[in-house]
Amino acid sequence: MTQQNQSVNYETITKPEGRHARPSGAAHRRRLDQNVRRTFLVVTLLPILLISIVTISLIVRSWPILSAYPLKDLFLGTIWRPDKGLFGFYPYIVATFWVTAVGVLLATPPCILVSIYLSEYAHLLTRTIAKPILDLLAAIPPVVYGVWGLVAIVPFVDKVLAPFSERWLSSVSIFKVNQPTGFGILAAGIVLAVMIAPLIISVMYEIFSTVPNDLRHASLAVGATQWQTIRTVVLPQVAPGIIAALVLGASRALGETIAVLIVVGNVPKVPTSIFDAAYPLPALIANNYGDMMSIPLYDSALLSAALVLLIVILIFNILSMLVIQRMLRRKWAS
Amino acid sequence: MGFLKKKRWQRRHLVETFMKFIMRFSLVIVAGSLGLILWIVVVRGTPALSLDMVTKIPEGGYYMGKGGGILNAILGSLYLASGGTLLAMIFSVPIAMYLKTYLGDSKWGYYVRLSLDVLWGIPSIVYGAFGFTLMIALGLRASLLAGIIILALIELPIMTRAMDEVIRRMPIDLEHAALALGSTKFEVALRVVTRQMLPGITTAILLGFGRGIGDAASVLFTAGYTDRIPTSLMRPTASLPLAVFFQLGSPYPEVQQRGYAAALILTIIVLAVSLGSRWLSARLNKYTIK
Repeated sequence: MTQQNQSVNYETITKPEGRHARPSGAAHRRRLDQNVRRTFLVVTLLPILLISIVTISLIVRSWPILSAYPLKDLFLGTIWRPDKGLFGFYPYIVATFWVTAVGVLLATPPCILVSIYLSEYAHLLTRTIAKPILDLLAAIPPVVYGVWGLVAIVPFVDKVLAPFSERWLSSVSIFKVNQPTGFGILAAGIVLAVMIAPLIISVMYEIFSTVPNDLRHASLAVGATQWQTIRTVVLPQVAPGIIAALVLGASRALGETIAVLIVVGNVPKVPTSIFDAAYPLPALIANNYGDMMSIPLYDSALLSAALVLLIVILIFNILSMLVIQRMLRRKWAS
Repeated sequence: MGFLKKKRWQRRHLVETFMKFIMRFSLVIVAGSLGLILWIVVVRGTPALSLDMVTKIPEGGYYMGKGGGILNAILGSLYLASGGTLLAMIFSVPIAMYLKTYLGDSKWGYYVRLSLDVLWGIPSIVYGAFGFTLMIALGLRASLLAGIIILALIELPIMTRAMDEVIRRMPIDLEHAALALGSTKFEVALRVVTRQMLPGITTAILLGFGRGIGDAASVLFTAGYTDRIPTSLMRPTASLPLAVFFQLGSPYPEVQQRGYAAALILTIIVLAVSLGSRWLSARLNKYTIK
């Protein structure tokens, strides 16, 4: 930014001469530069503006219901009957939380291990192969993940995991199999875990690469094994970044709609076990957009669900981004 | 003493070997799930895939298993994603240039990049809901235009960040050389940055297109669904992800089969775009100064 203040005053160098002289090259060029700078600045403010517009318009549209009912009735009410004027979000909020939590918990161990492996152990060849695989995994559209979930994961949960859990884990209430279809939180969690894995792995990999090699070498030189080095030297340095990457993954999982909608079962009940069917907020919005204008306050209720999602996701996103950016820009004393 | 030392040595090496094993195992799981997804989509999709699927629009009784295809959805998706990408291009190129030439690594540059990353994280269902409020405010109906606008919003942060990441690696010497010769910053942007940005722009276009064509939740609200091929921007339009989604929910097995086939078509398009961007950017990278 300091360079622009030092710019030379071009007009004093070349003055237009004669009555019909065109504006001098330098002055013209400088004016063009100024105009372009101003135009581009306006365009650049667009992203910041867009976040505010999205938030404000959702607040405005969901205001009718937020002012008509006490927040306690909306967010802790368990009955959802828009035709009777009952808008209880509680089962949907709990379902959203469960699905996201299962997805992130399932994704955490493999993601950490894979990113450690790629950054600390893997040969260059493995890395060059792994990168496009992760890119492709990230490029697959949600609805295709949904198809995969429907065809492969739901039967897998039904035929393999549910009997296993009934045999060995039936005494633990969150593993209890209450409905034997395979559709439910666990199936959605597995699909979500695979969906958010590429993002989490690539963020973690980047964070691992910021740790300077000198630290590793120092540890290896005094006789530590590679895993000891990772556990005692590398991991403590990047711990906040790992948590931030997982929070970022959670924010992605929270808003995932179509893939979850296909495999989660869509039963509006407060779930008590990971084998239960559930009905998360994004699925609620997507399934009911059609008749949203037919019942009073219905559209406002659904848009306030979108607002709740947006706010939670914005908080998760901004917090994790701040931590990640900090870790990536960290200056190491050398 | 020597005995103890030896035992300790063995245990930590055992741990090392074990950790390496489970890391490799995790990598195999992650890579394997990609293989599994592709395999399932191919196996389930090919039986119902036929020439009719990609060359015909749904005929009467299509949703009960009679003849026809999903040309409406394929073309609709191509229109939506191309329009969205084009619109997003118009805004993302200036933003990426401004970030590079005028903001650089300054504090404002950091804020703009952060806001782009935050926008990237907003899920498409929220964009869809926002699009819905926008349509009510503007009095628009579900249409190709509304779908294009929302997809452009979704693609904008992805494309801008993709360009930004590429152009950030441009050597600062190039910029300095041009400035030292008396160029204005705009001229640097136009004559130097643009050329260096070319691989970034192609990657960004294909990345944005891939994201746009696969997005279902936002299009559900804004573009609607129809069995016809859209003839104007104000008409609703079908899209591939929704074609998959609606047909999966059908009670007729034949229609479900076609849903799988539509998923296969969508996957092929997305993978071709993704691999194409990789290949193109590798080729174009040869012509930039590093």
